This record gives sequence, C-alpha cells and structure tokens, in this order.
Amino acid sequence: MVFLMAEITIPPRQLRTHILDQSKRANVGHIGSALSIVEIISVLYSRILRIPHPRDATRDRFILSKGHAALAQYSAFCLKGWISQDTLNTYCANGTRLGVHPDNALEGIDFSTGSLGHGLAYGAGSALAARLRKSPWNVYVLISDAECNEGSLWETVMFAAHHRLSNLIVIVDENQQQALGYTRDILSLHPLAERWRAFGWDTVEVDGHDMDEMARVMTAFRKTSGPPHALIAHTTFGKGVSFMEGRLEWHYLPMSDDQYQQALKETGEAP
Amino acid sequence: MRQAFARALLELAANDDRILLLTADLGFMVWEPFAHTYPQRFLNVGVAEQNMIALATGLADSGFIPFTYSIATFATLRPYEFIRNGPIHHRLPVRIVGVGQGHEYGYAGPTHHGLEDVGVMRLQPGITIIAPADTEQTGNALKATYDLPGPVYYRLGKNDHVSLSGLNGRFTLARAEVIREGDALLWVTMGAVAVEVARAADTLTRKGISSTVLVVSSLNPGPEEELAEFAGRFPFVISVEAHYAVGGLGSFVSEVIAERGLGCRVIRRGISSMVSGTSGDQNYYDALFGLTAESLVELATRELQQPGQGRPSRLRTPSPG
Repeated sequence: MVFLMAEITIPPRQLRTHILDQSKRANVGHIGSALSIVEIISVLYSRILRIPHPRDATRDRFILSKGHAALAQYSAFCLKGWISQDTLNTYCANGTRLGVHPDNALEGIDFSTGSLGHGLAYGAGSALAARLRKSPWNVYVLISDAECNEGSLWETVMFAAHHRLSNLIVIVDENQQQALGYTRDILSLHPLAERWRAFGWDTVEVDGHDMDEMARVMTAFRKTSGPPHALIAHTTFGKGVSFMEGRLEWHYLPMSDDQYQQALKETGEAP
Repeated sequence: MRQAFARALLELAANDDRILLLTADLGFMVWEPFAHTYPQRFLNVGVAEQNMIALATGLADSGFIPFTYSIATFATLRPYEFIRNGPIHHRLPVRIVGVGQGHEYGYAGPTHHGLEDVGVMRLQPGITIIAPADTEQTGNALKATYDLPGPVYYRLGKNDHVSLSGLNGRFTLARAEVIREGDALLWVTMGAVAVEVARAADTLTRKGISSTVLVVSSLNPGPEEELAEFAGRFPFVISVEAHYAVGGLGSFVSEVIAERGLGCRVIRRGISSMVSGTSGDQNYYDALFGLTAESLVELATRELQQPGQGRPSRLRTPSPG
C-alpha cells in the first residue's frame, strides 16, 4: 500500500486545482464531469498506462470516450510534463489545441471524441490491431454511464466479448448523472454491472475515488487471454466541491468568483 | 463488379499484409476465397455497421488498410457520423465498399437502393470516391487506389458482367475517360449506367448526331479541369447517374461549369424521388426515372431541338446594347 501510494505522480488534489483554475479562466462548464474522473485519471496515468512516450507505437492506448471531461486529461498531461503550463493555459482559447473535447492533434490524445458511443469501438479496433500485430499494448476506454444509452456501444460490447479482447478495458464513470437529469430518471441503466456481465465481460465494481482499489483491479486485468474487462467505477459527480456534488447544473455552468474561491478552499488549494 | 473487386483484393492482399477485410454479414458468394485464403485477415463483425467502421478506424490508426463491406446504404448511411468523426477527421485509410448503384437491388426495396451515397460522401472533405463503370475497370480502379493515404469509398455495381465498350478497363484517378467523341452534345456519366449512355450515343450517331461521352469514375478529387475543357465546347451537357440528381455527379458537373462561368447548360438526369408503395426490378426503376438508352435518346433529341442550342452561349455574339 505504501509502495503504491509512493507511485502516485499525479496527485488528485493538483488535478482538481488545474480543473478549477482552467474552468474559471476560460469561463466554461463541464466541471462536474471532469471532477468525477479525477481519481480514475490519476490512477491510470500514475500506475496503469504504460506510455514511455505518447508516440511510442506499442504504448498502451487511452481513449476518453466521454470527451467532455477532457480538461481532466489535459491537466494530467501538464502534471506529467507532456504539455507546459502555458499550453494548459490556452484551454478553450482561440487557436488552442485544447478544446472542450479532445482532438488527436494534441500529442497524447489517441482519438478525438465528443460524440458519445464511438470511443469504445475505436478502442476495440485498436485492441484487435494489437492482437494481429502480436503486440503487447492494452487499450483503456473511459466512458460515461449515460454513454451506455447509445446503441452503438452495445455493438462493440458484443463484439469484444465474442472475440475475447482481453486487452480491452472499459472504465464506466458511473456518476449517475447525464445532461438533463439523473440516469435513473431518464433511461435506467440498472443493473449496470449485471448487464456488462451478461454480455460476457469480466466486470468488477469499485469505488471510483479509491485509487488503491482501482489500481489493484486494473493490475489484475492485465491478463493475456480471456474476456474483455469492465471496471464500473461508482463516482460522485462534481467530487470534492460540496456545492457541485450531485448537482445537475454543474454539467453546464461556469463558476462565479465566490464559487471559485469556495471550490479551491474545499479542494485544499485556497490561500 | 463485386467479383472483380474481390479478385483484385485477393491479389493485392498476397503482397500487402496491411490489407484486412471486414464485412457486416454480407457478401455471400463474394468473399469466400478471401476468407479461406486469409482467415486471420477476414472478419465478419455481424450486423453492426457502426462498429465495423469504428473498428476499421482503430485498425487503420495502427497501420492496417481495412476494407469494410456492405450494401451501399448500410455501408454509408448507418455509420455516417462514425465515418465523419473517424477516418475523415483523423485522415485514416479506411476503405468503405458499398454495393448497389441506384436501383440495382430492385424489388428488395428502398432500404437497399443506393440513392444518395455519393452525395453524402462527397460532402466530406478528403474521402476519395470511386464508382467503376464496368467489371474490367473495377479491378484496375482498386489497384490504383487501394493504398491512398486517406479514406476511400468504393461504389460497386451489383452486376458482375458489365462491359462498357470503348473503356477497355482504363482508370486514372481524377481523370475522366472519353469513350465516344462527337460534337453535338456532351454526356457525362458515372457507374454502370454508362452502358445505357453509350447505347444512347450510338443510337444518335446512327441518326447522324454525334456526341461525346465522358465517364467519370472518381470524385474527391474529380476531373474538374478535363470536364471544364470539354464543357466549354458544347452548348449543353447531360449528366446521367443512378443516384439522386442532387448531390452526386450532376451537382459536380453543375459546380464545375458554374464556377468557371462556362456558357454550357446542364441537364441532370438522375433519380428524383424515393419510390414507395410499388416495387419492381432494376429495369422497372430505370425506366421510371429515364435511365434507359431509349429515354436518354429522347431527352437528347428534345434538347437539341430547343432554339439556340447550336453552339456554346459564351461563343455566341453578344446582342448589341
């Protein structure tokens, strides 16, 4: 445990600070969606993804299929030193490579996303390529729970199970919210984990803010054969900022000055 | 054309192991040789065209040249957004092979009719569109384009025994092929319906009216300069395609002529509506939309009788004042 903790190179607290700073500076929303995946992004880029360099041909792939949370990924890039603070500061500025949704023109972004229900299928193609090339890379795809509304997603879910793409790992950010409401009210996904299991995936439910637990499960996923893997990560939308947690409006709203100061205080960065 | 395409792909695959073949559960009696020769490189993904295109996108991004296959409507329309956000946006060598030009699927009904596939593909920048006119050209077109760096859409005819006299299998990307030469009018056509256009031109020749027939087999890029050069010599051009008259070849011809200010009138002969309520074979539909040699002869004869059709309008003497 101590050893694992020492491996964290992307502290969630700093990720949250970047997310809040950049959202405030650019005056844009999608803050709650980015905050819910902070620990997932942290554990992936600290402990799981084997990426010696973003252009390495045999690197693990990571697709942020819920592209609207790209700010969390950009913040991780900054903490990893893949992009500078100056580049991060171009978030949503004219001419930036860092839009609300990720574009693969930015080194480190494997696939441009923003349209839900697409990233997993691309990821399955990439996982299939690894198998055909007898190359060791794994493909990680982070999707939102409401993304499971998309019919196209289930085409890939069936395909990956049928072809036993054991190098394909999906992480479902199960924050129970979508654009206009709570998933249970709009289009129920219950029982989500059972559905993935029924489709033939090796499915594990975890606390999506417990990095040790996620690291343990995802390390165990690194097998050479068997079905694809699903990590159902139970998360809190807007995690870490009390007035955002579980609140629908933070899918959209930018912060006022007072809200920004309050958020920084709660995430431990206020003076 | 499918068999010719399949044979050519099999040949290419022998020398290029980047080639993969994905089908959305179609291609009975077409893909068996490929599947048997390269079982590791053949994948039936099931009836799931969106997944097929996105899988191909991931494969192409890892260095493969994946061919995806279905009936034209299923290959292009169902996964259209995945094509747009995948191989178009990422500029990847995904190959989309759609079969069925116009009403070739006849009584299978409108779900199977390729009415707007060229139009929707032409809207997307960077995707090359190949629509062979006959069997022999199909193999040559594939060999000339299979390893282009960007995405390609192949619009194949369903009939395996199409022969367009005068074409002799010629294919050059972004070039048109001249299969008849004459000075009364200009035909521009695309796909297997070119056979009807050639028949119409031959009938007119026998009546003493000679015409030029240009066969366009690629768009995005298309033969802009060549078309403009020919169009400038004629009072009017008739575009003929087994596709909606909007969005495909007729639109391409109109754009080239309008943008260059050529004084050449464009008459677009194509499919004008989606038929519902009645059905029939390909001949039934082609007769309905005037895509037969007889109907084309009638059209050309009528247009030639219009006053002022003797020479290109830009060459006419301007009226005084």
